[in-house]
Amino acid sequence: MTSAAQPAAPYAGAPRQPGHGPDQDVPRTVTAPATPGDRVFRGVLRLAGLSVFAIMGLIAFFLILRGTDALRTVGWSFLTEQKWQTAAHNFGIAAVLPNGLLIAVIALVIAVPVALGTAIFISEYAPVRLRAALISLVDLMAAIPSIVYGLWGLFFLQPRIIGFVRWMANHLGDTIPFLKVRIGDIGTSYTSSTFIAGVVVSLMIIPIVTSLSREVFSQAPQGEREGAYALGSTRWGMVRAVVLPFGKGGVIGAVMLGFGRAMGETIAVALIISPNFKAITHILENGANSISALIALRFGESDALSLSALMAAGLVLFALTLLVNVLAGIVINRSRSGAATAD
Amino acid sequence: MTTLDLPPVAASGPAGAPAPAAVDPPRPEKRIRIGGVTRDDVLTVAGAATGSLALDWVLYERVLPFSGAFGFLICWYLLFLAGYYLLGRLQWNPMMVRDRLIAVVAWSSGLLVVGLIADQIGYVGSRGWEAAQHLNFFTESMEHTGPLDPLTSGGALNAIVGSLEQLGLATLFAVPLGIAAAVFMSEVGGRLARPVRTLVEAMTALPSIVAGLFILGVVIITFGFEKSGLAASLALTVMMMPIVTRAAEVVIRLVPGTLREASYALGGSQWRTVWNVVLPTARPGLVTAVVLGMARGVGETSPVLLTSGFTSQFNGSPVDGHQVSLPLYIWNYVKQPYDGMIARGFAAGLTLMGVVLILFVTARVLGGRRPGQLTRAQRRRFDREARRQRAAAAGGVARPYALPPRAER
Repeated sequence: MTSAAQPAAPYAGAPRQPGHGPDQDVPRTVTAPATPGDRVFRGVLRLAGLSVFAIMGLIAFFLILRGTDALRTVGWSFLTEQKWQTAAHNFGIAAVLPNGLLIAVIALVIAVPVALGTAIFISEYAPVRLRAALISLVDLMAAIPSIVYGLWGLFFLQPRIIGFVRWMANHLGDTIPFLKVRIGDIGTSYTSSTFIAGVVVSLMIIPIVTSLSREVFSQAPQGEREGAYALGSTRWGMVRAVVLPFGKGGVIGAVMLGFGRAMGETIAVALIISPNFKAITHILENGANSISALIALRFGESDALSLSALMAAGLVLFALTLLVNVLAGIVINRSRSGAATAD
Repeated sequence: MTTLDLPPVAASGPAGAPAPAAVDPPRPEKRIRIGGVTRDDVLTVAGAATGSLALDWVLYERVLPFSGAFGFLICWYLLFLAGYYLLGRLQWNPMMVRDRLIAVVAWSSGLLVVGLIADQIGYVGSRGWEAAQHLNFFTESMEHTGPLDPLTSGGALNAIVGSLEQLGLATLFAVPLGIAAAVFMSEVGGRLARPVRTLVEAMTALPSIVAGLFILGVVIITFGFEKSGLAASLALTVMMMPIVTRAAEVVIRLVPGTLREASYALGGSQWRTVWNVVLPTARPGLVTAVVLGMARGVGETSPVLLTSGFTSQFNGSPVDGHQVSLPLYIWNYVKQPYDGMIARGFAAGLTLMGVVLILFVTARVLGGRRPGQLTRAQRRRFDREARRQRAAAAGGVARPYALPPRAER
């Protein structure tokens, strides 16, 4: 406010006393009494805000309520059992959960470099005229339905990637054990695997990681960029010294968010995999699974215990993704508030 | 890249109005172009690309026992990078080569993403056209069509209607709730706003199958309703609401605070301010938020899979009995081992992509502007108005120039 510029204060930071002379104006706090209409309005809005809590709470509540039966039947072995034989009261997520995480990890390994490259490309290298179009295109990629990714992965990608997969299995398999394929060398040994599911899921998380990282990259302060150039830096030197360090927090958050999305991805995975219930150790072999694919493929079973078991599995997925996403949200928000103070 | 801000004289030099010929003006300063592409750059990239392509062909197809298009492309790319590095080393110093190499990698990842999108759209389009070229695909349901019937019989009318109805209902539920939550976060605020925002962000990434499972657990198992389009639209609501909220909050925050203050200064209450000032100002962005939510909702498969039930018959009522939608239609038919059914699935995929694209383009066209920013036509109209008023105030003729006919505006 103007009072800071007044010479009346004897020294900088001297306590000002309001009301002593016209030079020492301080802004006065205006309080307006809320009208009844406003009070109703705010109440309604607050309800809408709280509905988010209500929805998330209800989701947790009903998954727990419906999953209790199954959890009570098998107890702690729900977490340690690999098989999924609900009729025999012998089921657990010890295979599907790690396999789903494995798919997500493969997806991240492929998606993160591509997404970061694209984000840097859009924010630093692309011609200014193309930039808006590219941003729209990445958003469009996020809007393509997952069933279309599944179709594409199953009918287009899978037949074309088999040669590459076979090459990896035969040539790298001896040195890198998890790339080995132990079943016979026929075409179907290499299909419907954890790896192919991971590749398709990676395409689905590329747009998320890209758009979030691009956003933080483009917020890197202009002054520091110019400073780097003025010191004789090449463009890559500038990116490495200014843009990447500045965007680090946001990128970590974006990757976590991508991980959460990859864990929950259902339809594309369910279309591609051929489900099995062993913990996967060899990612190129036929057969994979994840919690969400398990639910999508098995929900048709009509007996109550099977459904309850799926609800329990869904609860685990819900809790895990919620945890990852909230953490990611906190990381991103922190990096954003840092961005606000940097310039 | 613009890292230098030259004075506007220089910037508008060559593009500005031609100087009168009578006086000899000083040569307009030219803006210095930093970066840019020289012929050497282009030729280096082209040379590396062709050289590596030829080498790749020889190695991959003739010498080494590889097969498959995917591996061919990967090898080509790796050879290209190596070739580019070598070519670069012939002309530039190491630091510059590294810079160029990174630039090439950045460009290629951008091109990869563009190529992937084009490939997906193109592939689904070409596979889907086989069934979608027969008009009956859009006018019939699958009720009387067997697995081996030709593509001239049966279609996805039931799924299209189901998708539109479920999407409409979900929009009806999600939009008021979502926008109200967004207004709450940005206009009311308070201690609650931050946790709500964090939760909305977490909810955006809620696995879609969990939303389906939730509605399955509540509506169908606990309350014992039949699977129906309404249940599906509730599941879609859970998916769409956070998307609408987040996008709406961003645009509402962009509404200039001065507008709100003006409204308060005129004696408006808070709800009047929001209703008459904030929301109308943010309208284009809000429409975008809604349409983006719809684009997302219409493609969701797993919530619908668990809650709407599958039927091959036409069902126009979302509250009564199973109702199929486009994603579910695809999911069901591409898993069947019949070529005709897979073709129908692809045609439905094409239709779904079409719907998503239309929604998406609508969102872009409506939402390219920031709140309060005028369209070009609006700005022209305001300019004209302002000029006329200035002229009138200066005592000149009220209409110094002819206004264009109404139709042109």
